[in-house]
Amino acid sequence: MKLLLKQKSVLPGFGPALGFTLFYLTIIVLIPISMLFLKTATLGWSSFWETVSSPRVIASFGLSFGTSFTAALINVIFGLIVAWVLVRYRFPGKKIIDMLIDLPFALPTAVAGIALTTAFSERGLLGSLLGSIGIKTAFTPLGIIIALTFIGLPFVVRAVQPVLEDLDKEMEEAAVCLGARRWQTFVHVILPILFPALMSGFAMAFARALGEYGSVVFIAGNIPMKSEITPLLIITKLEQYDYAGATAIATVMLIASFACLFIINRLQWWSHHRQEA
Amino acid sequence: MITESAPVRRILMTLAFGFVGLFLIVPLVTVFGGALQGGFPLFIKNIRDPYTRAAILLTLQTAAVVVPLNLLFGVTAAWAIAKFDFFGKRTLMTLIDLPFTVSPIVSGLIFVLLFGAQGIFGPWLMRHDIKIIFAVPGIILATIFITFPYVARELIPLMQAQGNDQEEAALTLGSGGWRTFFLVTLPNIRWGLVYGVILLNARAMGEFGAVSVVSGHIRGLTNTIPLHVEILYNEYNLVGAFSVASILAFLAIATLVTKMLIKWKTRQEMILEEAS
Amino acid sequence: MAILLLGLSAQAADFQLLNVSYDPTRELYQEVNAAFAQYWKGKTGDNVTVQQSHGGSGKQARAVIDGLEADVVTLALAYDIDAISEKAGFLPKDWQGRLPNQSAPYTSTVVFLVRKENPKSIHDWNDLVKPGVSVITANPKTSGGARWNYLAAWGYALKKFGNDETKARLFMAQLYKNVPVLDSGARGSTITFVERGIGDVLITWENEAILAIKERGKDKFEIVAPSISILAEPPVALIDKVVDKKKTRTVAQAYLQYLYSEEGQEIAAKHYYRPRLAKVTAKYADRFPKIKLFTINELFGGWSKAQKNHFSDGGLFDQIYGHK
Repeated sequence: MKLLLKQKSVLPGFGPALGFTLFYLTIIVLIPISMLFLKTATLGWSSFWETVSSPRVIASFGLSFGTSFTAALINVIFGLIVAWVLVRYRFPGKKIIDMLIDLPFALPTAVAGIALTTAFSERGLLGSLLGSIGIKTAFTPLGIIIALTFIGLPFVVRAVQPVLEDLDKEMEEAAVCLGARRWQTFVHVILPILFPALMSGFAMAFARALGEYGSVVFIAGNIPMKSEITPLLIITKLEQYDYAGATAIATVMLIASFACLFIINRLQWWSHHRQEA
Repeated sequence: MITESAPVRRILMTLAFGFVGLFLIVPLVTVFGGALQGGFPLFIKNIRDPYTRAAILLTLQTAAVVVPLNLLFGVTAAWAIAKFDFFGKRTLMTLIDLPFTVSPIVSGLIFVLLFGAQGIFGPWLMRHDIKIIFAVPGIILATIFITFPYVARELIPLMQAQGNDQEEAALTLGSGGWRTFFLVTLPNIRWGLVYGVILLNARAMGEFGAVSVVSGHIRGLTNTIPLHVEILYNEYNLVGAFSVASILAFLAIATLVTKMLIKWKTRQEMILEEAS
Repeated sequence: MAILLLGLSAQAADFQLLNVSYDPTRELYQEVNAAFAQYWKGKTGDNVTVQQSHGGSGKQARAVIDGLEADVVTLALAYDIDAISEKAGFLPKDWQGRLPNQSAPYTSTVVFLVRKENPKSIHDWNDLVKPGVSVITANPKTSGGARWNYLAAWGYALKKFGNDETKARLFMAQLYKNVPVLDSGARGSTITFVERGIGDVLITWENEAILAIKERGKDKFEIVAPSISILAEPPVALIDKVVDKKKTRTVAQAYLQYLYSEEGQEIAAKHYYRPRLAKVTAKYADRFPKIKLFTINELFGGWSKAQKNHFSDGGLFDQIYGHK
């Protein structure tokens, strides 16, 4: 243990601080989450496999992962643009927009869901507008993507913003002096620096979107095989008093999103080190 | 200063405004518009309804317990992780992020599996007549779980970036551990701390999915503001639902304004420091 | 003598009951609770407050199983109360025989809500499978109320095709093909139809349909009664384990029986539930159109069988969506 917990600092309080952290983490997070695995284990391997590989569950995985991925991608692209505009340009109302970015964190998901459905349904402000050019949003996978984009919006902006603020302008200037065009500078100089932050924002937005229920269920349509998200299937299982089945699906989702976070963590670490090298 | 050409700037600005407008302004306008649909007096009446008041009270109570606990954890965890090197640090950090990756319904469900009547501790709790699930403690537990990572996530990169030099200097000069923390570390991280607390608080007040599983939905007793919004919505009282929701939206905005003030103040102080 | 005196002079007791119910009964029980409190005060001098909890029927049953201390449950279908008995043992298996009418003090049926003047001229179940008709109903896998809707349609199909199950399945597949949104709850689907303006017809409980018209205006919607439908019997039950623990058995029992009394039946009828008592039924006869009704026991052999055949994973409902 001594070796595992080696401390390289002269600061005091490492033992108690780590002790309390581990204790609180265990009580609040690890023990409750272990219930998920315990309950799933009561199923046995074959019925576990049967549960998570049924066509409806597979279809919902496809939908949930697909829409979450798309929403996170939209957030990466537009989040970068928003962050860029907020950091680099001056315009009236900038502070207000900056302030609003965190709204999805603060607004309860059910309220967000109701508000988005109201706005995007055929009678809503935007829904009627989009409807007139033939795009249906509410109660289609597109609606799900809209809700998930809203939920994950702050992650990318807030991850990129501080990095952009700290970005050394001299590098850009040097690139320009060397005859690089603006977009070349961006692609070869700025983007690699922003990459870890973008990845981290993407990962958080993706993980958050994957589990989201409250806002999505209002706008999703919930048609089996077509617009049924995985969290809704978990509820369906519960409705049949099948707790073990519900936890089985939840476990697969948890492992998947954990794996995503882990891979992205690694990727970030790797790109960080490559830059330093 | 290097910048993009005017047309590119214009395109980028339009895209950013469009995106923000579509995803942030529209929902916000919908909420407030819906709340004021029946006029201001009706709005006030909706907000002063006794069940609404009970829901607001419960939400505030929950936040009053959750925020200090997760704040304490966040600071302690950040101290251990940012100031020291040890094996398994990355794993620990990923574990702290774990609640982010769990679907809110599942976050509620795991507490039911633990403390529910059919759960592991359920029979024992029943015998001793202790209520956790479908009572205030359950709501608090689920909220703690959901908001677990916020402060730690905010503080760890900040404290890592600041390094240990200042604290080490203070210790060399004979200052004690606690004294060093309060006089050196805390002032350095205070704004990050406040920022974390604000997000933690907003999320704690707004949580719907997990709380919905463990609440029991007893009117006037275990309904938080978000749950009450859903109930009103289900009662055809759309104006009422949006009115109560606007309390939360208002809370969100108040939180964000506070955050902006904090940022502004930090900058102000930095300028002062640089000047002196 | 001293004990008797003590008993007599004891102060009026305060009772608190918790009634765990499903979504669309809020308005009904608000009135029942107030009336019952008055009735009980007059009869015994004791004060009783009944607290309410509402949500999806299955979710509510789960909460009771997991320890929500309900003195009584008033849910959408017997299957959910069976589950409380089966999974938690909080009440005996034969609970349904403890009160009259299979423990369902009031009933309803499944009707159609259409837009004013019935532009798609929908008159019966077979109009719902026509191409171009958009039907709104909730997901029977997550909404107890919507399971009645589904079974009503299935019952019609069985009768129409002379109990040919293959044809009935085809009919159901066509019907659900016309459903663009399956909300997770019954009230959610009403709001989709009424507020969002989606769909040509909403399949819903009669009380829910009348309430929607009352809330959102006669000039917008009409009720269409199909030729045949199901008798929806939302049951009520005492949770023995809880009332024994809280010592509230007498008052909780009286509360449930009150639902069968003339006053209780009047309140139910006022909230558009069909009363059981002949006298009250006669009084409100104009409210409820005469529809040929079948029960779940007649056609489906009771709830546990219906649930297993139709709504379990891989059951008939899933097959509708699995093999189009």
